[in-house]
This record gives sequence, structure tokens and C-alpha cells, in this order.
Amino acid sequence: MPIMSYIQAITTALKEEMQRDNKVFVLGEDVGRKGGVFRATEGLYDEFGEYRVLDTPLAESAIAGVGIGAAMYGMRPVAEMQFADFIMPAVNQIISEAAKIRYRSNNDWNAPITIRAPYGGGVHGALYHSQSVESVFANQPGLKIVMPSTPYDVKGLLKASIRDNDPVLFFEHKRAYRLLKGEVPDDDYVLPIGKADIKRNGTDITVITYGLCIHFAMQAAEKLTEEGIDVHILDLRTVYPLDQEAIIEAAKKTGKVLLITEDNKEGSIIGEVSAIIAENCLFDLDAPVQRLAGPDIPSMPYAPTTEKFFMVNPDKVEKAMRELAEY
Amino acid sequence: MMEIIDKAGKFVSKEYEKEITKEQAQKFYYHMLRIRTFDRKGKALQRQGRIGTYVPFEGQEASQVGSALVLEEKDWMFPTYRDHGATLTFGAEMDRVLLYWNGRVEGSVPSKEKNIYPASVPIATQLPHATGAAMAETYKGTNNVAIAYFGDGATSEGDFHEGINIASVFQAPVVFFNQNNGFAISVPIEKQMNSETIAQKSEAYGIPGVRVDGMDVFAVHFAVKEAFERARNGEGPTLIEAVTWRFGAHTTADDPTKYRDQEETEKKREELDPILRLERFMKNHDMWDEDWAEKIEKEIEAELDDAIVEMEKFQKPDPADMFDYVFEEPTWTIQEQKEILKGATK
Repeated sequence: MPIMSYIQAITTALKEEMQRDNKVFVLGEDVGRKGGVFRATEGLYDEFGEYRVLDTPLAESAIAGVGIGAAMYGMRPVAEMQFADFIMPAVNQIISEAAKIRYRSNNDWNAPITIRAPYGGGVHGALYHSQSVESVFANQPGLKIVMPSTPYDVKGLLKASIRDNDPVLFFEHKRAYRLLKGEVPDDDYVLPIGKADIKRNGTDITVITYGLCIHFAMQAAEKLTEEGIDVHILDLRTVYPLDQEAIIEAAKKTGKVLLITEDNKEGSIIGEVSAIIAENCLFDLDAPVQRLAGPDIPSMPYAPTTEKFFMVNPDKVEKAMRELAEY
Repeated sequence: MMEIIDKAGKFVSKEYEKEITKEQAQKFYYHMLRIRTFDRKGKALQRQGRIGTYVPFEGQEASQVGSALVLEEKDWMFPTYRDHGATLTFGAEMDRVLLYWNGRVEGSVPSKEKNIYPASVPIATQLPHATGAAMAETYKGTNNVAIAYFGDGATSEGDFHEGINIASVFQAPVVFFNQNNGFAISVPIEKQMNSETIAQKSEAYGIPGVRVDGMDVFAVHFAVKEAFERARNGEGPTLIEAVTWRFGAHTTADDPTKYRDQEETEKKREELDPILRLERFMKNHDMWDEDWAEKIEKEIEAELDDAIVEMEKFQKPDPADMFDYVFEEPTWTIQEQKEILKGATK
């Protein structure tokens, strides 16, 4: 099976979907001739031409809005926001229009658009190239939010997002792009949106997280085996809608739950995960639910020491895991 | 400003004289009378508590009818909440439009045949949509055109700029049809922009801009028709400013006397009313027929009465229906909450 980086899995999924269905097209800033600032769309312009790989003006609301219009027409747009931080001008289009069109048209119209955006920090990106924005959209029924953690998941979930008949936000951790590599089958496979995935089976404590933090948790879990701590890791993969069943099952399995996100702590996705556990697992818990998250400041700072303090990393995860195991 | 007939109902420009027939004048008059009758009834129904908040468009009939009658079967219409005069003219079903104003989601899709996008309530969001639909038509190789309706206030929004800019870059077959009715709720146009006209903004995008008398149904019609022809021929978008006037309130929840003199507005009616102008024109040019006028008035009343009966006998919503069509397949939270509601209302 070929080994691929996280970003190669994105390019592969886009390419295969564009070959499969000529209604699929890509639009965004610098996605064409340049192949994207991260090279996620590299080679697509040469293969599919300027009408299917559109270099748009620098206008995020129009990238989303034009995509929504084309999606309602029956096309399958994959819009790229150059950085998740710059999705903000498009929020009105995404929340007021894409998320609501099926509902407000009584199922007569729908907008099958996929909006991809690189999120997350740890790349010296400073305030406006480091943010996690998923919680902005995570209480908007009508939107799905996918945040994969491995190249294998990237390919299967991006294909599923493009084929989905509802709008999907697909957030890719930019540090994962070249850091993470893994086996990716050549097959045309899709993975279900809305389903979490057990990334590691364990019996002592449960970690529930998503995106790059899965990678940190896996590293920390390996180290803790030396101390006899066996960690169970659940990857949410989709942060809206959450996989309630898998969350309850994972929490009950060990009775000790650590929730991790790189986002600011207050109001983040893991608060909702915690509520699901509180509502369903009270008598199965052996310790209070723990959260490890970014601090509650407006954005990730730039200076190396402060950026390092903001980011979740394997050491922080290991410490939190050990404390919970010893509780 | 493009004008074909003046306030006295006389030809200003002979250019279009040959194209204007009695039959066409009657058709325009019929549609304008039809939507005005609907509009006045809408206000009355709201006062009687038979529908919810209503958005009147009286004064904008020439703009809406003149433009809507340009569209062909497969063209796309992207209206706002004040453009049901245009959707009714293009092919929206009257009972469905009434259902919309009665708060029923079934009214959001007023026609199964025509490409009428559900009215945009957020301001200017439909401009990029129209561009996207138009670009998709080009990609597919058809020559269908999209028209986006929007008011003067919308020209201050970012999506006005973004939607037109991207359409101009890609030469998308879209017509941006502005109805400048003088007020965005209470804010007059001179506080909305420093530009002299809305049409002049087209220069910034390198596309044609046309300022047209929005009370002259012929001027509106031919300006929009020419824009559609350019779009169909691959010559890209046009920005049209139809200068019109809103005689009434912003909505039935608005009191315009707080910000303007309504008596002054009524005094302007003789001069401005687009239906009176067309009537004068038809009388001046031997196109008026008293029997015909009486006949269509009765027809319209009957059509409206039937539509109201349909609207009022439409089945009441089941509260559990509110959980439908959030996604193609409901999520677990939606299923769970729907079940709870069903249990509670049994």
C-alpha cells in the first residue's frame, strides 16, 4: 500500500473525485496555476484546466457564495479558504445560506458544497494563520464539520464530503500536512461522515480528541505503556454532528476521560462532548472529566515561547494522561 | 436616465416605438395591476391577522414586471423578500406566495417549474449565488441567464462588490438588477452612498451600467432585455439601476411617518405611479379598452380569492415537522428531539 503524506491524500482525493465526476470543480485563491499556497491542489490545473480549477479574486464571501450558487445548480464545488482564519468574511454565506437552504426550501434545494480550510498552529503562523475555527460553526445544524487526523481518513472523508448532498466544512491541520504520513490504499473508498473511530484500544483511561491532537495522544500513549498505563483513544473525525454512541461507549469503557482540543478551552467542541458524557455516563465515571485545551486568549501568539505554551503537545498530553490514570 | 414614456404617457424616445404594441402594453398593464392587487390584499390580510408580517412593494410594479417578463423558461431568478411581484410575474404560484407570508416553509418554493431561488432575507447574499449559477450555466454550455434582484441598501454590502466583481472577471451571464426605491428601511439613499448613482458603480467593474426610470415599464423592460441579450451572447454581466419609489412602509411592522412625510409621498402619486403612467400612455395611443380593464380586474380578484382560499385551507403544520430537512438524513440529535416532541404532543 502506498505511503502518503496528509496533504498528498488531499490532492489524491480531489484528483480522483474530479476524474470520477465532471461536476466536481475547485475554486479559491491561488488554487490554479500555483496549486495552492500549501500545494494541496498541485497538478489539478494542468490536468483539468482553468474552468475546473478556478483562481478566484481575493474574496472569501464570493468564493463561498459563488460555490453555493453553483452547488444549487447541481455542481459539486470544492471551495478552498486559504487559511481557516480567513473564513470569517464568508461566515454569512456559510451559516445564513449554505446551512439553511435545504431547511428553508422544504427540501427543494440543497447546496452540496465542500469548503476546505487549513487550520491550527505550531507552524509559527502567528495570530491569523494558526486559529481553530470549528466551534464558530459547530452549533449550526445544516452544516457538517469534518476534521481528519490521518492520511487514510483524509482520503476517505474528503471523498465522502464531496459526494455528500449537504454542505461540509473540511478542516485540515496545516502542521499535519507534511508531518503525518501513512498508508493510503489506491482504492476508491469513502468513510462515513458522523462516525468516530477508535485509534487505539486501551483499558485504563479514555482520550477523546480529533485532528493533530490524535497524533500527540498516540505518541503519549506509547510512552505510558512503559508505566503500565493502557490508553484508549477515540478520534471524533466529525465534530458536527458528533458520534454520541461512540463517545458514550468510549467513556464507559474506562470510566476516566480526558478530552483534548487545540482550540480555546471555553466554548470548544470538547465542552459538548463533556455534556454528552455527563448526560449519559454519570454512574460509569471513576474520575471527573478532564479537559486539555488551548488557553482562552484571542489567538495563538507568535513568539516561540508563547506559541509553544499555547499548543497542545505530547508532553502536555502525557502529563494529563498520567494524572488522570492516577486519580 | 433611460426613459421611453414620460409622466404624461407620451413617447420620450421614438427608438422603441415600433416594438411597443397594444398587446404588449396590455400584458404589462395586466401584470402590474395583478401584483398591485396582490400587494394591497397582502397588507389587508396582515391587518386582519390572516397572514404574518408582510413586505409591500407598491410603487415598484413597473420595475418588477418590466424585468420579470424578460426571463425565459430556464433562466434563473434570485429575488429578495420585496420581489414577489417579480416572482409572481415570472411564474410563482399565488397561493404559495401567500403561504410564504403566512410563515409556511412550503411557500419558500413558489414554483416547481421555474428556477426561482427562495427569497434572500440576509442582504446581498444572493448576488454571489446568481454569479455561481450563471458560471455553472457557462461551464455546462447553455445560454441561460441569472438575474439578481436587490435594493439600494444592498449596494453597501460586501457581497454586492464580491458578487459583481467575480462575475465581471469571469464574464458570467448574470444581470444585477437594482431597485433603488430611495430608502433602506429609514435610511435615505443620500446617506447610503456618496456616489451620484448606483449605475455608475458598474464603471469600477468594467461592465455596462444602465440607469433607468423604474416607473416606466417599457424602459425597464428594454434595458433588462438588452442586458439579457448581452449575457446570452457571452458578453458578461450588466448592472441596472431602476429608479423607483416605495409608496408604503418597509414592512407592516414599520411606521414610515417616523422618518419621512407620507403625505408628501401620496402627493407624488399622480406624478410617479407607474400604473397610472401606463394607463395614460395607453389612452394616448388608442390601446385602452374600458371593457378589457373591467374584465381583467374581475379576473385578478377571482384568482386572488381562490389563492386565499387555498392558503387558508392548507393543512396546519405538525410541530414535529420543524425537524425535517435539516440534512438529507437526520442526525441523532434531530431524531431524538423529534421523538421527544412527538411524545409530548400525543
